[in-house]
Amino acid sequence: MLIAVLSGFILAAFAPWLTRAFGDKAGWLLAILPASLFVYFASFIPAVSEQGAVVLEYSWIPGLDISLNMLVDGLSLLFALLISGIGTFIITYAGGYLRGHEYLPRFYGIMFSFMAAMLGLVLSNNLITLFVFWELTSITSFLLIGFNHEDKQARWCALQGLLVTVAGGLALLAGLVMIGITAGSFELSEVLAGGDVLRDNPLYTAIVLLVLAGCFTKSAQVPFHFWLPNAMAAPTPVSAFLHSATMVKAGVYLMARLNPGLGGTDLWLYLLGIVGALTMFTGSFMALRSTGIKAILAYTTIMALGTLTMLIGIGTEAAIIAAMTFLLAHALYKAALFMLAGAVDHETGTKNILKLGGLRGLMPITFLAACVAALSLAGLPPLFGFIAKELMFEATIGAPGIAFFVSLLALASAMMIAAMAAVFAIRPFTGELKETPKTPHEAPPSMLAGPVVLASLSLIFGLLGFIPAGAVVGSAVQAVYGSPLEVELYLWHGFNLPLLLSVLAIVGGVVLFLRWEQVLDTFSRMTFIDRFGPERGYEKSMDGLTWLAAWQTRTLQNGYLRTYLSVTVLTTVVLTLWAYFVRAGAPVHIGDLDFTFYELAVAGLVVVGAIVASVTSSRLGAVATLGMVGFGVALIYVLFSAPDLGITQIMVETLTVILLVLVLYRLPGFLKLSSPAARVRDAAIAGSLGVTMTLLILAVNGVTVVEPISDQLTAWSYPEAHGRNIVNVILVDFRALDTLGELFVVGLAGIGVYAMIRLRAEDKGQ
Amino acid sequence: MEAIMALVVGALFGASVYMMLRRSIVKLVIGLILLSNAANLLIFTVSGLTRGAPPLIPEGMQMPDGAWADPLPQALILTAIVIGFGVLAFAVVLIHRAYEVVGEDDLDQMRSTDT
Repeated sequence: MLIAVLSGFILAAFAPWLTRAFGDKAGWLLAILPASLFVYFASFIPAVSEQGAVVLEYSWIPGLDISLNMLVDGLSLLFALLISGIGTFIITYAGGYLRGHEYLPRFYGIMFSFMAAMLGLVLSNNLITLFVFWELTSITSFLLIGFNHEDKQARWCALQGLLVTVAGGLALLAGLVMIGITAGSFELSEVLAGGDVLRDNPLYTAIVLLVLAGCFTKSAQVPFHFWLPNAMAAPTPVSAFLHSATMVKAGVYLMARLNPGLGGTDLWLYLLGIVGALTMFTGSFMALRSTGIKAILAYTTIMALGTLTMLIGIGTEAAIIAAMTFLLAHALYKAALFMLAGAVDHETGTKNILKLGGLRGLMPITFLAACVAALSLAGLPPLFGFIAKELMFEATIGAPGIAFFVSLLALASAMMIAAMAAVFAIRPFTGELKETPKTPHEAPPSMLAGPVVLASLSLIFGLLGFIPAGAVVGSAVQAVYGSPLEVELYLWHGFNLPLLLSVLAIVGGVVLFLRWEQVLDTFSRMTFIDRFGPERGYEKSMDGLTWLAAWQTRTLQNGYLRTYLSVTVLTTVVLTLWAYFVRAGAPVHIGDLDFTFYELAVAGLVVVGAIVASVTSSRLGAVATLGMVGFGVALIYVLFSAPDLGITQIMVETLTVILLVLVLYRLPGFLKLSSPAARVRDAAIAGSLGVTMTLLILAVNGVTVVEPISDQLTAWSYPEAHGRNIVNVILVDFRALDTLGELFVVGLAGIGVYAMIRLRAEDKGQ
Repeated sequence: MEAIMALVVGALFGASVYMMLRRSIVKLVIGLILLSNAANLLIFTVSGLTRGAPPLIPEGMQMPDGAWADPLPQALILTAIVIGFGVLAFAVVLIHRAYEVVGEDDLDQMRSTDT
């Protein structure tokens, strides 16, 4: 199973070479992988139907409770089958759609990574692993949306999708960690088996809000829906995959997945129910205003995502059955419709539905498949979409508390969607043939295979509802609902309220379709929708972010060394003093105050030297007093049992003084550059650090936290390293590598000095 | 004695930061030298001061006799002194070079990367 999930990543690495080697046939060849994955996942159907869930264990980072365990139950199986099944057609379709495209090899590479990430996401049993795959889908979809990276618009859209979904992802991570801590396990199978553990926890509200922030952004719920239509900037195969079975369904997947643990509360019902219903309505409404064939489909995806969210929120038996059925129905028709839209766009060169017409005769197979898929979208019998819609109406009517609200929105949406389905299937294909940028003809087999098969499935599943019900929809419902349910799918439910609503929706849809041009005309005058949409909010916040970045760069990274230094010093001082006074209780250890006269004299010499060096206006004076400080420090080393340090310090100090005298005299004399006020300010900053350091020394004076390792080093010095000078032994034996590194540093500094002196000589030579 | 050394270290840190906050590039170098000394003395002081007992093993013995100064901080400081000198030498030549190219020793005038 692990290999099955990761095989996409492996193939992604080789896909570019395979594509180059096999040219136009590569699409068919590469599709073998998703096809075999589909067969492999299908082989789990019997086991899942019997046992409900299968957990396959693979360890990853056991110390952090992170595993690669895979959870195969109805829900993940449904998704895995959709991803691999639709993925198969997408790969072949891309071979035709992007035939001869310069970046096709790269496209396959990203596409397989995306598919693998999506599979990993739906099959992970571990919350952290799930999150890793979740973010991988964000990143790979970013690359796919921005595939035409020379197009500024595409780059902008890709970035928008990434920022929105990743921002939600951050919230999700917090939510998942809280779930893990609350439930005591990061394994989904254990979290979901925990019953009311999450619902009874005081953190429940926070968990729900954080997790839903991730799901809503990913699944384009109002008000985060704006990124999804922009994701159309991707090549059509990507849109088809993204909208039908992957990416945007990830949020729906997670909500459905966590429903047994988080669902069933008022918070869950109202949040998901209302946001979902609003999203459903918004998507349908925006679809009605659109004239691009891909735009129409993108907005109907938002409608579908809203519907699914709403149904999961309602959470009754009927709602969950409706959700899973709708999920499958939508994936089938949406993938088909997108691929057909791409075919029309590809063959005619335009996406604008008003400029298309009369393609029926030239693209008969496309027309037929579009009709079937659009019927499913509109929810007409005998298509699978009809069953899904009947179930949806049944669920909204039975929704606790919000039945009227959601049913009304569902009816309005269904009308608009029916109208748009008709627009999509009829407008481009009937009437007079219109002039298009390219001369249209039927799309190649690689681009028709997917739509035809998927559209046929919509029909077959509609007529023979027991096939999907028995295969995976039943077990998926069981996984989401949390307990076994009997699921039967059939077309005829008898004369009841859902049927009446369906009929109303169709009638309304037909009316809207016939008057679509008037509707468009009305809506095109309603420009305020574009002006005040949530996308403005996104743009404003992006502008704000840029402004903030510019502001903080101007303020913090202004190029003045003293600003950096002041900020660093003051931050250190404030934090250290805070810790010293508040946390540690201001300890002071004076210790023994015994000193001899000459010790005090040396210490005084160093202090006086340092002060004079800082205030003198003479360069020679500064160098001389610096020498005083250096030699004073050397004397301190000698006085307190560090002869090696004393010797080294004296040598280095001598060299320093020589170097300074040599170089400083080539530089201009000291000028009084800063004002007296600046000097006082700087002295205060510097003084605060001095005081802090003094206090710190007094705080730790004589305190031993852990036994030093020096005693051990001393004990080893002679017997092990045959050296009597312990400091030397440490340097050249115990810490020999460190000393070697030091040699390198000094050597490099020497080379640098030499190089700069040579450079100067050459400059002068010119 | 540690208390007195604490004052010395504080004075060195104060003087070094004050010099590094000046606009003259030469004063920056002086600040660096003082900072290096301050840091070394800090480590030396907090490891405890011992009089007249260097960490040496007398002939014929396996260990030093009686109390002895902690050798590990000394080894660290020795490394630091040498590295500090390397940095200083490089900085001094770099500053000299920068002055030649820019013709300016005021750090405020050296903000741009272009000359």
